[in-house]
Amino acid sequence: MMKKSAPALVRRIPWVLVVFVAALTIPWVGSRYDTFLATQIAISALFAMSLNLLLGTTGLVSFGHVAYFGIGSYVCGILMKTYAVPFSIALPAAAIGSALGALVFGFFCVRLTKIYFAMLTLAFSQIIWAICYKWNDVTGGDQGIPDVPYPNLDWMSSIPLLGDLRIAQQFYVLTLIVVMLSLAAIQRIIASPFGLMLTTIRENPERAASIGLNVRRYELSAFVIAGGFAGIAGALFGIFNRGVFSDFVYWPKSAEVMIMTILGGIDHFWGPVVGAATLVLLNQEITSYTQYWPFVLGTILLLLLFVFPGGIVGGLTTGLEWLRRKTGRRASA
Amino acid sequence: MFEVSFLFGQFLGGLTTAMFLFLIASGLSLVFGVMRVLNFAHGSFFMIGAYLAWQAVQWLAPALHSFWLAALAAALGVALLGGLIERLLLRHIYGREELYQLLLTYALVLILGDAAKIIWGTQQLSVSRPPMLAGGFQVLGATLPTYNLFIMLTGVAIAVAGWFVLTRSPAGRMVRAAALDREMLGALGANVGALYTGMFVASSFLAGLSGALVTPIQSIVPGMDVEVIVEAFIVVVIGGLGSFWGTFWGSVIYGQVLSFGILILPGFSLFSVFALMAVILIVRPWGLFGRPLR
Amino acid sequence: MLEVHGLSKSFGGFRAVSDVDLAVAEGEIAAVIGPNGAGKSTLFSLITGHLQPTAGRVLVNGRDVTGVAPYKICGMGLGRSFQHTNIFPKLTVLENVRAALLAHRGQGPNFWSRANQLCHGEAEALLASIGLAPQARATAGTLSYGNQKQLELGIALASDPKILLLDEPTAGMSASETHETIALIERIARERRLTLLFTEHDMAVVFSIAHRIAVMHQGRVIAHGDPAAVRADAQVRRVYLGDAPMGPRS
Repeated sequence: MMKKSAPALVRRIPWVLVVFVAALTIPWVGSRYDTFLATQIAISALFAMSLNLLLGTTGLVSFGHVAYFGIGSYVCGILMKTYAVPFSIALPAAAIGSALGALVFGFFCVRLTKIYFAMLTLAFSQIIWAICYKWNDVTGGDQGIPDVPYPNLDWMSSIPLLGDLRIAQQFYVLTLIVVMLSLAAIQRIIASPFGLMLTTIRENPERAASIGLNVRRYELSAFVIAGGFAGIAGALFGIFNRGVFSDFVYWPKSAEVMIMTILGGIDHFWGPVVGAATLVLLNQEITSYTQYWPFVLGTILLLLLFVFPGGIVGGLTTGLEWLRRKTGRRASA
Repeated sequence: MFEVSFLFGQFLGGLTTAMFLFLIASGLSLVFGVMRVLNFAHGSFFMIGAYLAWQAVQWLAPALHSFWLAALAAALGVALLGGLIERLLLRHIYGREELYQLLLTYALVLILGDAAKIIWGTQQLSVSRPPMLAGGFQVLGATLPTYNLFIMLTGVAIAVAGWFVLTRSPAGRMVRAAALDREMLGALGANVGALYTGMFVASSFLAGLSGALVTPIQSIVPGMDVEVIVEAFIVVVIGGLGSFWGTFWGSVIYGQVLSFGILILPGFSLFSVFALMAVILIVRPWGLFGRPLR
Repeated sequence: MLEVHGLSKSFGGFRAVSDVDLAVAEGEIAAVIGPNGAGKSTLFSLITGHLQPTAGRVLVNGRDVTGVAPYKICGMGLGRSFQHTNIFPKLTVLENVRAALLAHRGQGPNFWSRANQLCHGEAEALLASIGLAPQARATAGTLSYGNQKQLELGIALASDPKILLLDEPTAGMSASETHETIALIERIARERRLTLLFTEHDMAVVFSIAHRIAVMHQGRVIAHGDPAAVRADAQVRRVYLGDAPMGPRS
């Protein structure tokens, strides 16, 4: 009886809330540098999670997801720096801008399959990169947009505990709130009938059409939603990074977020978050020993592909299942 | 608006770019046609070819000043590397989803890129032009460096040789059959494993050769790998993934669009080539000269 | 109920389906038989909109559905199962059926409810009726071949079709599996008053349950009628005894 109810209980815990509360303590229990890393992890996690809505849930291999991250950071950065628009307007504008970009580009992309889909997403992201890199008047060209201001966080000062924090730490709290709300929304979407339809498309697009789904329209919807959330991540990153630059949008960044997602595991909701945390921390550790981080990353990626194709969470799940089977057999023997 | 000699100069510049890209992209395209693997590491092979050529020139320098020998050695070195990679790594992922194939070749980009930095450092390296091709001459008022003419002729020569091998040799016929219809290949009872290795070695050789040949006119720097691979992607998409002549004409179109795009929209020539790639993928995903894949 | 008029499909120069006429009345069980490559699967794909016909028309309940996209045809009461097993392998059995039920009820765009709280009773009832209730929580891809075929039938039934097209429902099954599956199909067709059109290579099955049979050969219907008439047809006997002339018949 006990055994049977344990997994159900685990499932009922609102994990997003638990992770949120745990992460919220970092500015008080950790160093300023810990908060810096935690901010980076939170933003990367949202970016990877948005990609996984395509990769893991819908089965679409987008090699240009960084385009929507980039649109988000430029829209938010330009609005806040050039036009002094408050964050509360700039952030939704970034999300909407990215979603619109994803709608226009996605409209064409979902007409293609497999490698052609990947190539077209790559081409579109390079178009965005070329625009950001060359359109000096608006995007600052290769100089980018330096000194994007922090949002006005005076309202936090009146809250006990939060008021004592530095602005970077207060921004971390804000980032955490935005990211966790986004993750909760994505989790809800995946668990919804719409999310179930996306998984049927991943599993078998032909069959999905014959249960009455307009596959392209669903794929486009997923593309737009994923683009919107990537835009939110991009907007936060521009502020965190104290500037928006065209190399945010260069194509290897798309590969990087893809590695993050796969590293964590695309078959599990928390996979991208685990992948983001692992990659950011690992990068931190390894770059203190050697400048050859890409070499290490490439080696990790090879290991991942040949030894743990399910990623970290996939590997853990398999391990746990194996353990449970083993102990179960011992108990019954 | 512009003088004829100037326009002709742009045209020749575009043609030189085109032939370079053809040398690089033809291998990429053939590998995709036969194996259905889009090889991100192809640009890395190009870069390794450039570094190896520089290295060979250094080693040979006092005794035997031969750029040609160095270029050949570099191409052979890269071909060997390609063969090893195919046998040890790529071989195991042919049946897997394209996501894993893309990531495997991307892992190679990361590893090879850093390996080059570890071995050759991050400073710019350069190789001087072979003396016999040092000069230049005037055509319709435009100056054409002899070396560029040599590159154009090499491109055409490789195109003709490639076409000859593809149409006249048994291996070439298998390659074309595989590019058109994969099942047909199995039905022919071809030794697919050997064909794949051979194809990949040939493709690496071409990438290494073009890397070596580029050294006299372009300095060798880290990052040239990721830049060139995107250009090669554009070329093969324009011409049609897997199509040999498509890659040739795709290179020519790309070279001219880039060359004249700078005149018309100075800031946006980069934009125009990516836009061209996107438009072609939308309208004819199999490229201007390719056929829909089966 | 289902009418096909002059339906043709060419691939390049090859006529896979050539000028086929077919009519299935309500509640009827009809079979299309013929040697491999006779054009049966192509005919099905034309009817369900997976392929565009070169010529001809398809009518469902008098409505012209020629060339309508598969996802729309599904809503017009036409369900299909495929020759190669066609399920959602990494989802559970219950999720497979639930997805089809939700899609049929227009719940697909609903992105805020919890899918696992919807259609629970209906999904379980459907699984019970196809005999898969005990496997509800299993991952669909791990089921036996016969069970996967049953599940596929369940997915097709979820959209509450009036007409069901089954492409080789017993392909690759053992004798006992075939027997059970046919019994299941017959029972469900009766309970739901389905009109059934199926292809099958097992002649014993065809002649035991079909009311009417059409025989295809090289893209054409060469005979059709009730089982007795088809059995007696000289041309059919020639095709099945293997002495059919090679190449296109004039």
